[in-house]
Amino acid sequence: VLALFLLHDDSWLWSDRRLVMGLPAGMIYHLAYCLAATAVMALLVLRFWPQHLEVEPEPAEPREPGGSR
Amino acid sequence: VILGVLALYIVLVLVIGLASHKLFRGTGEDFFVATRTIGPFVLLMSLFGTNMTAFALLGASGEAYRTGIAVFGLMASSSALIIPAVFYFVGTRLWSLGKRYGYVTQVQFFRERYGSDTLGLLLFVALVCLLIPYVLIGMIAGGITVAQVTDGAVPEWVGNLVICLVVFIYVYYGGMRGTAWVNTFQTALFMVFGALTLAVVLHRMGGLEAAMTRVAEVRPDLLASAGKIRRLELLSYMFIPLSAGMFPHLFIHWLTAQRAAYFRYTISLYPVCIAFVWVPSVLLGIIAAADFPGLPPAAANSVILRLITLHAPGILAGLLAAGVFSTCMNSLDSQVLALGTMFTHDIVRHYGLHDRMTEKQELLVGRLFVSLILAITFGLSLVTARSIFKLGIWTFTGFASLFPIVVAALFWKRSTRQGAIASVVTVAVLWTWFFLRAGNDPDYSVGGTGLMPVAVTLAASTAALCIVSLMTRPPDQAVLDRFFERA
Repeated sequence: VLALFLLHDDSWLWSDRRLVMGLPAGMIYHLAYCLAATAVMALLVLRFWPQHLEVEPEPAEPREPGGSR
Repeated sequence: VILGVLALYIVLVLVIGLASHKLFRGTGEDFFVATRTIGPFVLLMSLFGTNMTAFALLGASGEAYRTGIAVFGLMASSSALIIPAVFYFVGTRLWSLGKRYGYVTQVQFFRERYGSDTLGLLLFVALVCLLIPYVLIGMIAGGITVAQVTDGAVPEWVGNLVICLVVFIYVYYGGMRGTAWVNTFQTALFMVFGALTLAVVLHRMGGLEAAMTRVAEVRPDLLASAGKIRRLELLSYMFIPLSAGMFPHLFIHWLTAQRAAYFRYTISLYPVCIAFVWVPSVLLGIIAAADFPGLPPAAANSVILRLITLHAPGILAGLLAAGVFSTCMNSLDSQVLALGTMFTHDIVRHYGLHDRMTEKQELLVGRLFVSLILAITFGLSLVTARSIFKLGIWTFTGFASLFPIVVAALFWKRSTRQGAIASVVTVAVLWTWFFLRAGNDPDYSVGGTGLMPVAVTLAASTAALCIVSLMTRPPDQAVLDRFFERA
């Protein structure tokens, strides 16, 4: 995630006005960035999912209605 | 014809919203968080749809019209990384705590986490004040859509009013379930019609290459970031999507999930969904710059609609306009529900006012509060002439600057109520100062350096939280055990 954060800066394409496959080069880069973000997020949820959250939590405790402290 | 299609669309939205009422279980939890039974598909579509507002369609295209492809890097790709990361690190944990302790609003969570009514009240005021400009975006966009597709025959204020009434009706009849269902329908609609609009316009212009070659000839400056934005601007815009961690309407949507596992689909598919919506918006904005040069920022909000009315025939134009209309309503409904929920739970119930009211009266008071907010927003919509994109950025700046509080509440045991209060006050002061200082300057940055105010307010809010927390007494162990045991 941190690496992707740093890669968001596209300095090398800053002044590049070329069209690649009909799209501006800078836009192609950021489109690819979105796909890379998808891959990283998929990796996070598949390999590093916080398992303790999967445990079915206890039923909600009855709340003190309107009790101000 | 276009008005007829829009009217049919509104009827369809009302039918879906009201149909959800058949599943209503008659409890407060069912009305406010659909008894936490929302499945993975509806969760993805409602979370994405709620967050992809008129800002993403009209605002993004209007800004692309002005600054070109740079806007994609500023908001789309940054959101593609930061928002799902916020869902992963923050959303799932808040969902877990919400399900465990029965929270319905953010204020309930912060009030109990820090044991402070003052913090709860401060946050309530701050969140409501920041939501108003966000609600305003949807309202303005609705008015623009109706006025543009009818060529001015129906004035903008009528569109603003219609969108308010429609949303108000289905939210208060269908509650969260109705909102989630309508969000799902509308999200599918605007994703399909956004792409369809691009396809129709490109077809009429001889294809993507021909359209972009024309832009390259007429406005080559729009095809690169240089000269349009500064490096510091690109960097500081990375902080804007942190706002997702503090949106009251997203918080409520998180709580609707039946299981934590259902977040997996939302988190992994969110970046693709963002690209799917933002690519057409940005490209249409750029193409419009070649077709309609010289529009001021507020008028640039309507460039997609101008393209639709120029290139699409009758019924198709109506359908595409309905797609645009859906983005306007998509977030407005969740924001309206969040406002009503917050007022009912954080003020009426928390301060014991409901003891003196029947359930009917309590609901009426909540609706009156929402009506008041909508009336204020409607009044503002009549006099506001700001770009939707910039208005959105100001709202996001405020919410993003409050993000350190939720991070500290979830991950930093040493954070204290005084630290959290100091952080909220810092945000309120700095946000107001920057907002007044910027005035109507669409290119405002701190000292003209390109650095966006969000970088300063976020840093100051973090510093206030850390310094004051370390200077005050640590929280009780019992509180820490309650909040750090399992989440």
